[in-house]
Amino acid sequence: MLKAMLGEAWLAMGANRLRAALTMLGMVIGVGAVVIMLAIGQGAQYAVQQTISTMGSNLFIILSGSLTAGGVRSGAGGGPTLTVGDANAIDELDGVANAAATHQGGRQLVYGSQNWSTQVIGTTPAYLGARAWNVVNGAAFGDSDVRSATRVALIGKTVAENLFGSEDPVGKTMRIQQSPFVVVGVLGPKGQNLDGRDQDDTVIIPLSTAQRQVFGTPFLGSVRMIMVQAESAEGMERTMADVTALLRQRHRLREGMPDDFFIRNLSAAAESEAETTRTMSILLGAIASISLLVGGIGIMNIMLVSVTERTREIGIRMAIGARQADILMQFLLEAIMLSFAGCLLGLVLGLGIALGINAVTGMVVVISGSAALVAFAVAATVGIFFGWYPARKAARLDPIEALRYQ
Amino acid sequence: MTEPVIRVAGLGKSYATAAGLFTALKGVNLEVREGEYIAIMGPSGSGKSTFMNLLGCLDTPTCGEYWLAGENVAHLDNDSLARLRNRTLGFVFQGFNLLSRVSLQDNVALPLVYAGVDKEARRARARLLLDKVGLGRYAESLPNRISGGQQQRVAIARALVNAPHLILADEPTGNLDSHTSEEIMRLFNELNGEGITVILVTHEPDIAAHAKRQVRFLDGEIVSDHLTEHAPC
Ligand SMILES: Nc1ncnc2c1ncn2[C@@H]1O[C@H](COP(=O)(O)OP(=O)(O)OP(=O)(O)O)[C@@H](O)[C@H]1O
Ligand SMILES: [Mg+2]
Repeated sequence: MLKAMLGEAWLAMGANRLRAALTMLGMVIGVGAVVIMLAIGQGAQYAVQQTISTMGSNLFIILSGSLTAGGVRSGAGGGPTLTVGDANAIDELDGVANAAATHQGGRQLVYGSQNWSTQVIGTTPAYLGARAWNVVNGAAFGDSDVRSATRVALIGKTVAENLFGSEDPVGKTMRIQQSPFVVVGVLGPKGQNLDGRDQDDTVIIPLSTAQRQVFGTPFLGSVRMIMVQAESAEGMERTMADVTALLRQRHRLREGMPDDFFIRNLSAAAESEAETTRTMSILLGAIASISLLVGGIGIMNIMLVSVTERTREIGIRMAIGARQADILMQFLLEAIMLSFAGCLLGLVLGLGIALGINAVTGMVVVISGSAALVAFAVAATVGIFFGWYPARKAARLDPIEALRYQ
Repeated sequence: MTEPVIRVAGLGKSYATAAGLFTALKGVNLEVREGEYIAIMGPSGSGKSTFMNLLGCLDTPTCGEYWLAGENVAHLDNDSLARLRNRTLGFVFQGFNLLSRVSLQDNVALPLVYAGVDKEARRARARLLLDKVGLGRYAESLPNRISGGQQQRVAIARALVNAPHLILADEPTGNLDSHTSEEIMRLFNELNGEGITVILVTHEPDIAAHAKRQVRFLDGEIVSDHLTEHAPC
């Protein structure tokens, strides 16, 4: 029975293709907007999760130099104001899990006849802790390597693949800036970060070695950046305040003098980026609701026209034994079919646009089966809600009046 | 004595019009037994169609009683009336009233859809009835491809598809020429020969002559009710 009715609904829709297509338009746009909204919204959520899980949680960084009101950085004397001593002192603070001074820059690596340009990070073992980064092959260097400035290196997966190919890099010697470095370990894969940069394209070496052999810093013991990991998300604000106080004291900054460093909450930065996309998806949600409303009214309108046009048909059906419920079901199915067809086109449109957004802006979009499910649920709801009144009107027709209708 | 297929007592129907209450049917009494063949005649506006619509459970009376196959119809709800229209009787209209968008076979099978019969059985039964009215080869055609007389045959096949007790036909030959009318009447004769009760409305004495009993309406009342006198040939 239901199958027969579906077939008839399909026929009825096919009988007036252009009209059906125009009626669907509102649904197409509405569902399309729903799909894009979900793709972007879930994408933002995914990106934040991804960032936090690969970047490490509860992180903030301290940068040398101060930020004046105008946004111009004016470090005292131009050199870095932070020191390795600052990093060690921060590490001792309550609420701090890890504090690692870092110095990084782009350098060329050479191994045999291969070479590869990558980012070299000079830091301490605490850095690996802060970023929850483990060594999958070989072993990390220790504090003693930092103290004695040994030439050892941990390499990311991308570097390992490009420089060593299928060889096992551990124990091999490569060159950074003419200096030979022994690869002691390969880092676990992290994938892309929020900006789309490959985090596995990196080399980590002891800070002291980096400063002496690779970057040639004039002020040994000074660093441009310290990465700090708080013990908990709740303790983040407090820890940042404590660090600020500690650094002001260590740098002998008097009351009223501006900070000679700048603190940036990385986790919050990721959150605020997500917030922007969330605002965008709310906007899309508004467009979606309005289009669905307009689309639904369109369906209701066309179904009312259809009921009037087919009054005689309804009379005939009743005369041969259709119950009110049968007529109701028939027109409801037609409305739902219209809205489902619109929904299907909307899904395709939405997916296309979401993929387009991803291709053009690089914004992370997540396309999930649940989005399709939501879209179909919405379509069914719209179809039933707006199809109900016309269908009920059809079902309540008087058989004799309907048969007499010309 | 067997229970009559139709028993109507004091059946009346009034319409509220701009000019006041208009009584189209004034307390009609009638009994129809299984296998009868009745022609209803009378001038235009005498209430024939009003009466047929009541018999066909398409309309509800203002007063009176109506038993159809032993069931008191006057007090039934919509769904029960639909069931009677579907299973107990078949209605044939002057204007054929086929659905123009679906094939003849699907037209004939439509009552079976509402009876909840499955697809294969619907097909088979519709084919059988189309063959019976001699139109099996047009099963897949649309109604507008065939003549009026053929359309009326399809409509009769549709009325028969659920094996009803009786066939009600309101001026079934009203839109047809006399030759085609005769063909349709032969079909009704044949059906009646098989034991199906037939009640039809007509203005033509020639058509009415096919029936075994003639009932005449005037101003919403039955004024005569007698067996057909066959002219000696
Ligand atoms: N819905 C209605 N509202 C008001 N009056 C109606 C309605 N239906 C029928 N009538 C009136 O009832 C009377 C009987 O109508 P009915 O259709 O039964 O006549 P009939 O005998 O079938 O005539 P005909 O031979 O022309 O078909 C007519 O006067 C008609 O105007
Ligand atoms: Mg009439």
